[in-house]
Amino acid sequence: MGEGTGTPAVELRGVSRQFRRRRTSLLTPAPVVDAVRDVSVTVARGERFGIVGESGSGKSTLLRLVSGLDQPTAGEILVEGRPVHDQPARRLGWLRETLQLVFQDPMSSLDPRMRVRDIVAEPLVAQGRHDNRERVHELLEAVGMSAEAADRYPHQFSGGQRQRISVARALAPGPDILVADEPVSALDVSVRAQVLNLIDEVVDGFDLTLIFVSHDLSVVRHVCDRVAVMRRGEFVEVAPTEQLWNDPQHPYTQQLLAAVPDLHGALAGRTARDLAADVARRGQDGAGTG
Amino acid sequence: MPDRTVLRVDGLDVHAGSTPLLQDVSFAIDRGERVGLIGESGSGKSLTALSVMGLLPEGLGATGDVRLAARTPAEHNLLALGERALARMRGDGMSMVFQEPMTALNPTMRVGAQVAEVMLLHRTRSRRAARERAVELLEQVGLPDPAHVARAYPHELSGGQRQRVVLAIALANDPALLICDEPTTALDVTVQATVLDLVVRGVEARQAALLFITHDLGVVATVCERVLVMYGGRIVEAGPVQDVFGDPRHRYTQGLVAASDLSGADGRRERARLPTIPGSVPPAGRFPAGCVFRTRCAHATDVCATPPPWTPRGEHPAGATAYGYACFHPAGGEEDG
Ligand SMILES: Nc1ncnc2c1ncn2[C@@H]1O[C@H](COP(=O)(O)OP(=O)(O)OP(=O)(O)O)[C@@H](O)[C@H]1O
Ligand SMILES: Nc1ncnc2c1ncn2[C@@H]1O[C@H](COP(=O)(O)OP(=O)(O)OP(=O)(O)O)[C@@H](O)[C@H]1O
Ligand code: SF4
Ligand SMILES: [Mg+2]
Ligand SMILES: [Mg+2]
Repeated sequence: MGEGTGTPAVELRGVSRQFRRRRTSLLTPAPVVDAVRDVSVTVARGERFGIVGESGSGKSTLLRLVSGLDQPTAGEILVEGRPVHDQPARRLGWLRETLQLVFQDPMSSLDPRMRVRDIVAEPLVAQGRHDNRERVHELLEAVGMSAEAADRYPHQFSGGQRQRISVARALAPGPDILVADEPVSALDVSVRAQVLNLIDEVVDGFDLTLIFVSHDLSVVRHVCDRVAVMRRGEFVEVAPTEQLWNDPQHPYTQQLLAAVPDLHGALAGRTARDLAADVARRGQDGAGTG
Repeated sequence: MPDRTVLRVDGLDVHAGSTPLLQDVSFAIDRGERVGLIGESGSGKSLTALSVMGLLPEGLGATGDVRLAARTPAEHNLLALGERALARMRGDGMSMVFQEPMTALNPTMRVGAQVAEVMLLHRTRSRRAARERAVELLEQVGLPDPAHVARAYPHELSGGQRQRVVLAIALANDPALLICDEPTTALDVTVQATVLDLVVRGVEARQAALLFITHDLGVVATVCERVLVMYGGRIVEAGPVQDVFGDPRHRYTQGLVAASDLSGADGRRERARLPTIPGSVPPAGRFPAGCVFRTRCAHATDVCATPPPWTPRGEHPAGATAYGYACFHPAGGEEDG
């Protein structure tokens, strides 16, 4: 892995994204939501970078910005050194070859009327490449599915298999960067392990840079080398995974870690009362009131 | 039914037409006992809860025996009771908290009035006393400024606050049995921690029996003393949380525990491959005959095509269904390689 050398995979400089909510009254101005606030970070090539945070903290918004699906209200975003923050979608064809996405719910991101073959080939066709038969079979094999899956429809597969199909599609254009938004959150535990192994394999096998978002800290810990903790649009702490786990600096990170009902902890006697007390103690700066 | 038993479910079968959804589900919960019900999506957890509450959707049939000792002794099989008799028990002798709090709340009614209503409905308190008690209950579930919250409408509250209101309603009449179906799945982890604590405090204070449904092993180990593991509409293993998760017998439980564990016992598992269970949970009606797990089990042999009998693992005050497993080739003990 060539971290530290050459152009970073992704670079964010002071990125913000504000949304204007609909006005609720004629007398007051439309409320503004700071979905992403002044985020700066550099993700090296080959790195596995994780983002954790609670619902509404801005994780998906940030990924959409990085993927060129939305534009920041301030700041710059460079992917492999090339700007994406000020480009209209039609100028970002190159980005689709470099960076691919996998989403939480494969059912809503896979067109139910398309055969798996056409779903997987979609990014290739978008590049003007036709006759992708061999390539589709290769890709399906890479994600542990048989070639005969190609002629079936998404609803004929389980959630885990559909997520394999999304990974196959993401790999089709031969990207350098894989961006995953809660890719295992909708899956059963037994299948989650299969998909995490698959992501691990393809990131290794295809030398990818991974940006992985989850609200589940233990999943991010398993997958990533470095983790950013996001809260109310901001990165409150960024650190190598094990450092973040063993020595969290920000009170909010400490609170998040304390809140995880970890199986080993529970078997060692940590009760719901202990859990809640730990969270309350670390949340005295006002975080996490629900 | 022994004195301490609050809920006893015996040979519960639920089916949709000719498709079996639950098969021979049997368990009991004692007073003050907190029992988890875990299993992956589609294993039959919610149907089990809904059968007990008499809330099965139209088109599903249930047979078996479900008894509840609450205000009155467990004389009746709840499955044989009419809707009016069941409605009298719901919210009184037994109550339930669902995943999505808005399904349980009336959007056009102030939350204090909703908490009071459940007491008025079951005539457990006078109007005035019910209003006062509602504020007390809102305070008990950790809502700041409960008198103020009582006047709020559900949409003015956060998801975690709404779930606390639902919990206050569920506890208002001091039920003998509280069922929670994934009550924190839609909440952030920090909020979840608080709600779990409130559930445990709520049932402890009332010595109520708790049936807590979740697919999260860490949550169930935090909340419950005992756990039932469900797969394919059957209870495949049951016992104290320590034993079932620490030293599972059924091959499904063994696989589930291994696949859930992302951290490894002592800190980080060095990006090793996670243990997996092959395949995925089949849809209802597509589970194999005999052991329901046999199509995914690496230890299956011919005998697994017949239904594995329940093997008690030890004595338990809540009876033989409380501690045991149904597997021909169990893990653990000295047999495990
Ligand atoms: N198109 C939009 N218009 C207005 N507000 C938006 C829009 N998209 C996102 N937001 C707001 O921005 C904030 C961040 O949302 P985002 O979806 O990025 O959070 P998230 O961290 O991905 O949450 P989750 O874990 O629930 O997926 C939220 O307050 C959300 O309501
Ligand atoms: N009304 C119904 N008609 C037919 N089948 C049903 C009906 N309700 C549920 N089922 C099926 O019964 C099985 C068990 O469903 P149940 O809702 O109890 O699962 P669960 O364990 O609660 O899952 P989850 O974790 O997803 O909530 C599923 O396969 C489901 O599809
Ligand atoms: S009974 Fe047989 S198939 Fe079922 S879990 Fe045990 S070994 Fe596996
Ligand atoms: Mg999101
Ligand atoms: Mg359910």
